Formats: sequence, structure tokens, C-alpha cells
Amino acid sequence: MKKYSAFAIAREALRHHTGWTRAWRDAQPKKRYDVIIIGAGGHGLATAYYLGKNFGITNVAILEKGWLGGGNTGRNTTIIRSNYLQDPSAAIYEKARSLYETMSQDLNYNVMFSPRGVIMLAQTHHEARGYQRTAHANALQGVKTEFIGPEKVKELVPIININGPRYPVLGGLWQARGGTARHDAVAWGYARACSDMGMDVIQKCEVTGIRSQGGKVVGVSTNRGDIDCDKLGMVVAGHSGHLADMAGFRLPIESVSLQALVSEPIKPCMDVVVMANTVHGYMSQSDKGEMVIGGGTDGYNNYTQRGSFHHIEETVRALIETFPMVSRLKMLRQWGGIVDVTGDRSPILSKTPVEGVFINCGWGTGGFKAIPGSGWAMAELMAKGRSPLTDAFGLNRFQEGRFIDESVAAGVAH
Amino acid sequence: MLILTCPNCGITAEETEFHAGGEAHLTRFGPGASDDDFEQYLFMRDNPKGVHFERWRHVYGCGKWFHAARDTMTLEIFGTYTAQTSTVPQNIIDKITDRRPDWQPPETA
Repeated sequence: MKKYSAFAIAREALRHHTGWTRAWRDAQPKKRYDVIIIGAGGHGLATAYYLGKNFGITNVAILEKGWLGGGNTGRNTTIIRSNYLQDPSAAIYEKARSLYETMSQDLNYNVMFSPRGVIMLAQTHHEARGYQRTAHANALQGVKTEFIGPEKVKELVPIININGPRYPVLGGLWQARGGTARHDAVAWGYARACSDMGMDVIQKCEVTGIRSQGGKVVGVSTNRGDIDCDKLGMVVAGHSGHLADMAGFRLPIESVSLQALVSEPIKPCMDVVVMANTVHGYMSQSDKGEMVIGGGTDGYNNYTQRGSFHHIEETVRALIETFPMVSRLKMLRQWGGIVDVTGDRSPILSKTPVEGVFINCGWGTGGFKAIPGSGWAMAELMAKGRSPLTDAFGLNRFQEGRFIDESVAAGVAH
Repeated sequence: MLILTCPNCGITAEETEFHAGGEAHLTRFGPGASDDDFEQYLFMRDNPKGVHFERWRHVYGCGKWFHAARDTMTLEIFGTYTAQTSTVPQNIIDKITDRRPDWQPPETA
């Protein structure tokens, strides 16, 4: 792999950019791997990367039925934060956020991590008390957050209307080291690093069956033939239930569509991320100048990567009181991704009833921010059989009633 | 946008008049049930890619619950039927097999 650097750009500029090579190999499937990861999105690629980097396991294939990072990795609103209430959540999300800080250097790939700060607005007294509680919890967890008053919110976000008639801004939970990153670059950077370690990133390779013998996995069937493996990681977000069905077990997951939209590009007007969970919308401004807006999920099961129009309307309508300027923006495009929502709105990183099969799913509406931490923890789980970061996120918690109840703690928008 | 017909009051309307209520035909377990049965009832879901039986409520109409058969890959609605049944009516199964000849009714249906 050729290292990317300012020197490399200068060198290539002098020879008409003829020296750049492919960022990752277009690999063909081999007969057998030590580990197969299904799903070349952020979480799957990060899992493979840390298997190689932390545990020296490099005989790994990452199978992707579509194209690299073409699922929810390329469809999210790129928000990174770790201000969760429950200890297990704060641990894994803060691990992820801290890894984002150095990701560009680690991968030698610019993921454009922008720690611009994230505010979660408190627009009811209930919410204000909830976020003060979260701020105290974060202090104990070592996550740096702060509950700030409405004047400070206005100072950070000049375009905000803090005196809205229905939902005035009473304050906010401020995480100064939260922010955004370039979502495609996260997938591309991991893919390049994985490929460089000798791993095979295989696109257009759809898993059609999971083969096991005596309760232990022996390989997968794909549209490009059978591939054997010792260990299998399923990291496929919305399609987890479908894969679990192939392996013969059920999941406490329903797949629904989550939509986002962007406006026309405008001059810089908001340099932080703002989430308004009471009215159910969140917004940031991309480097291109587009306002990136996300809202809530549809209520019904869906695999079509599109949602119902009225959710888009509700999201924009909700933001207009708090951001009056939104009313004069043209919206450019809208899309949907299929998110895997669990009963307690927390992820599952777990062994499964099939020996050798591990699952990483259930990130629901908030997976992007967790990518490096999720990969780090999943790699440890797959290599060593357990990880302190995943202990609380096992499948057995639903039977034992040991929930990680972030649906209450974090409100709705993850 | 989905367009549903409420079998209770006969009105056909788009989905904002209704509220989705999740998977239908779950076997309910309560006190005295095993942990496994209770977990299956409370949390485990089929979540199929394809034909899905689900509950809906006509919230901004008659207020009553009903069931729908819908394809989660195409959003096609095969039909709606009463919630006062633990099995899928034959006419709904016929409509589905008419459109999806390879489809097999699940054991729970």
C-alpha cells in the first residue's frame, strides 16, 4: 500500500497523477478463511480491521452482497457522540468516539473527523431534568459533557430560536468533542487497511445459506460458491433477522426504515450538530453547505430502503419552530436506510446458539457513531470469546430481563 | 405511503390515519410461563423479508384494531382482516399465494 501524504500529492502532481494505485484489491473468494465477516459496512470492516490489528488474525474475508459501504454506512447523518446514560453504552460509544479522534492517522486515510460539538436540546422540563441526570452520569463514566443554559445554546447556535411558543429551549446537553465524520471515508479507509493486511474484501457476494455441522459453523454458501470458515461474524444491520433465519435462530429485532434528507447548499450558518429529541429532528451542516436533517423511523417493518413521505414532512415541520430559517430552504434529496431496532434500543454483540457464529447488530438508528468501538469490541469477542465491552450486550439479556434501556435515556433519536 | 382498508368500518385511507402495531398472531404468555416462552412472546420477532402479518389500529377513525398481510420487500398490501382471529383467513392466504406462488404459510399463521 502506498502511503498517502502531502509528499505523495506533490510527487503525483509532478507526474500527472499516474502513480496512484487502487485503494483496495478487488479480491476473489478463496475456498477457506479463518474468519468470515458478512457485511462490508463500517461495523463489519472495523471488526475485520481490529481482528488483524489487535489479534493478528488476517486470513479474513469480508463478504458484501452490494457494494462497499452502500448500506447504512452511506445513508446515515454522520453524527458522533457518546453522551449515553447507561454505563455499558457510555463505555462502548466513548471507546468509539475516542478511536474516531485518531482514525485518520491510524488508517492513513482522511475520514474528516470534525469534533465540532453536539448539543441535545432540552425543550421540556422533563427533558431538562433527564439531560442533567445524563450529564452527572457522564461525569462518573469519564465522558466529558455539560448541561448548558439557553443563552449558551444561543451563543453556540446563532440561528436557533430559543423562545419558541410551543417548545422553548430550556438548555442542552453539550458534548464538545462530539461531531461528524465523512461516512464513506470510514468504510473506504477500513477497507484499504484490511486489504493491505491481506484480507479479502469481496463485493457482490451475497450469502445464501449458513452451513453448520453438529451445531458448529463450517462455512457459508454464496452466489459465488461455498466458502469455509472457522468463525463467522454477522454484521449486517437491517438484514440480521434474515441471516439469523438462515442459521436457524431468531432475534429480538424488527427492521424499519429511517429517513434523512439534505437541503440545497448554503453559506456556513451552524458549526455544531443540534439534536431536538422532543420535536424529533436533528440537523448539522455538511462541508458542502447542505443542511443534513434526520428524523424518526416509520412504524412498520420494511426492507425497501425508502419510507413514508409524511415522516419527512413531520421532521421538517418540527424543526421550523426551533430553526425558522429552515422554512425558506429547498430540500434537495431524501433517502432511507433499513435499521434493526431491538426491544431496548441497544445493540447486540453476542455469541449465538450456533457455535462459531457471532452477531453484531441492533444498532438501530445510531450505528455510525459506534463503528470503531463496535469493531474493536466485536474483534475481541470473536478472537477471545469475550470482551468487557460486549458483556452487557449479549442476546441472553432479553431472557434475563437485563435491559440497557437507552430508549428512555436517549429519547428517540439516537 | 401505504393505503389500508379498515375491515371494521370499511374506510380506505392512507397510513397517517392508522398506527402500526407490530407482528400479529403472537402467542401470549403471562405469569407461570417459562422464561423462554416469555422471551419469545415479548421480544423475538420473525421480521421476514417478504410476507408479514401485522397489527394496525385505525386511530383517527373507528379506533379499532385489525390485521394486515403485507410484503416488506415491495410494500404491497395483500389484504386486511379482523383482529378477532388467531389464524390467517383462507381468503387472505389465497390472495397471497395468487401473488407469491412460492410462498409457504408459516406454522404460526
